[in-house]
Amino acid sequence: MNAILRQTGHVRALAILVVTAVLSACSGGQTPPSGQASPALPGQGAPAAGGADQINGAGATFPYPIYSKWFSEYTKSHPDVRINYQSIGSGGGIRQLTAQTVFFGATDGPMTDEQLKSAPGPIVHLPTVLGAVVPVYNLPDVTGDLKFSGPLLADIYLGKVKKWNDPAIVKENAGVKLPASDIAVAHRSDGSGTTYIFVDYLSKVSPEFKQKVGVATSVNWPVGVGGKGNEGVAGVVKQTPGSIGYVELIYALQNNIAFGAVKNKAGAYLKASLESVTAAAAASAASMPADFRVSITDADGKDAYPISSYTWLLLYESPTDKAKGKKMVEFVRWAITDGEAYAKDLGYAALPDSVVKLEQDALGKIEVQ
Amino acid sequence: MALSPTGRRRAGWADPLFRVGTGAVAVLVIAIVVGILAVLVNDSMLSVRKFGLSFWRTRVWDPVAGDFGALPFIWGTLYSSVLALLIAMPVALGIAIFLSELCPRWMRQPLAFLTELLAAIPSIVYGLWGIFVLAPAVRTLQVHTPDALRGTPFFSGPPLGVGMLAAALILAVMVIPFTATVAREILKAVPVSQREAAYALGATRWEAIRLAVHYGRIGILGAVMLGFGRALGETMAVTMVIGNNPQVALSLFAPQHTMAAVIANEFTEAADALYLNALVEIGLVLFLITVVINGLSRFLIWRMVRVRPARVVAPVKVPLAA
Repeated sequence: MNAILRQTGHVRALAILVVTAVLSACSGGQTPPSGQASPALPGQGAPAAGGADQINGAGATFPYPIYSKWFSEYTKSHPDVRINYQSIGSGGGIRQLTAQTVFFGATDGPMTDEQLKSAPGPIVHLPTVLGAVVPVYNLPDVTGDLKFSGPLLADIYLGKVKKWNDPAIVKENAGVKLPASDIAVAHRSDGSGTTYIFVDYLSKVSPEFKQKVGVATSVNWPVGVGGKGNEGVAGVVKQTPGSIGYVELIYALQNNIAFGAVKNKAGAYLKASLESVTAAAAASAASMPADFRVSITDADGKDAYPISSYTWLLLYESPTDKAKGKKMVEFVRWAITDGEAYAKDLGYAALPDSVVKLEQDALGKIEVQ
Repeated sequence: MALSPTGRRRAGWADPLFRVGTGAVAVLVIAIVVGILAVLVNDSMLSVRKFGLSFWRTRVWDPVAGDFGALPFIWGTLYSSVLALLIAMPVALGIAIFLSELCPRWMRQPLAFLTELLAAIPSIVYGLWGIFVLAPAVRTLQVHTPDALRGTPFFSGPPLGVGMLAAALILAVMVIPFTATVAREILKAVPVSQREAAYALGATRWEAIRLAVHYGRIGILGAVMLGFGRALGETMAVTMVIGNNPQVALSLFAPQHTMAAVIANEFTEAADALYLNALVEIGLVLFLITVVINGLSRFLIWRMVRVRPARVVAPVKVPLAA
């Protein structure tokens, strides 16, 4: 009798175990934005191919809102073109493009020479829109915008400037009453194009930052707490008086988060705006390299916001499927001309005309015949 | 002689078929685990060759320089899970005992249902609650922590809200429904005769409950280990509140990091081969640690069963001694 009861007990416990395991598996599956399960290893997991003429791409999350807008608008006027884009992150996009499991990639930081070398064929970078990164902070008693210089931001993120009333901050913000509290530094914990742009800028303006931290989508931060995603960083900053963080301009605009002005190369303090980001692009357009792999942080020009960057689509110079290649080239031509009209509403800065022209030439060189 | 010859024949092939079928499913489990291990080892070879055993005790995690060590993540995972277990275990056991022994009948089903419902909440929801509710509350607690405590290594550091304490608390909340539900089922399965025997010997209610808990201790330990396993692997909610700073610190207020969190955070953007291999090796380390912990709990259960084989005798002693 006892044994039987015990047995049933075990069976029931087992049943509960199974149910809970299934439940937790389900709850795990309901969180696709985190990309826990979806990002595929190289060589596997091509996004599910739908129709035969579907063009698959993968990569950066930052331009995803405008890309999905473009793809849906373009399909309306070109019903024969269906583009499927998975925003799995720039690194994932580069990996999948290199493994040729997707037809095109997308990235927030240009591919390195090493990455280009490991790809089976030459890859073209095609700038699409621009974004910017802004410093956000939480000082309840400070009214008005704080001003930062590049070296000051670098020293804060190196842990060298520890207090809000440090002379280095006071110097940039004459007349602002700053508290004597500690600075709580927040940064992104997930690998991100936002981090790439931010540390790319800090490395340009501070040799020490370049040497100690360097440039990548994830870095070894000397100080601070990591928040996952823009919302993670914004969450920490919002709830911690005396904190500082960095988020994408779009995120700050859409969520009405106050952000500081940053001193540009010409010495002007600028708050990021779509205009000042495009100005940064225009200022460096003259020196645009032929392969478009350019960093426009710390750009020249008194109207240029210094923490700006392009985001790129990646295509093989000689695509294996010429028909798809042709469709893709036509799409990019549309995106960088008519498509740029959608950029502003979604919070992206449009490409300067001179860059559009250069890109038209580059698109002509992609072998689709 | 109830079975007709046809019925007999059907039973003749149905049994082996069922055996083969269920056996195949069981073998599939083994194949999946072996497959996972093979992929983890294969895809982390670069990092395993480069860092060897020092990967387990290096504190640096520098994707730019290509220098990787897992120690802060191992520490963070174990520390947060153990803390969560310490918080969750008494609560979960209390829920289980109340539901199975003391709860009025009309409350039993609704309460059990609500406990199980907690287990079904997606972890991203727990995480967002952690950012917007729990972390600010923890920060308030930190601000009001007396200086004498702040001086000890367990409570040092600035009040950030996010950190080890917030992570342990959110993990505890997530673990409680699992442990409580399984422990309740175990207690429900304790034979009535055991309780009746205790009462017959003059035991009080408290003593009878102790007897029931003792009788089901192996199953309850299993329930606790299930919770521990869940805490070890939990990713999203933890990464949103732990502060994601790879450091080995005793302080409950310090931002730290876990193995599952670093994989979720950095895998998508890791384009460099060594970096990717190091992240996969973190997965391998997590896998091995989980195997060791499961093995340990098996060992614990095995020892319990072996040391006290006479279940009926031992429990009776407890109320008598009390």
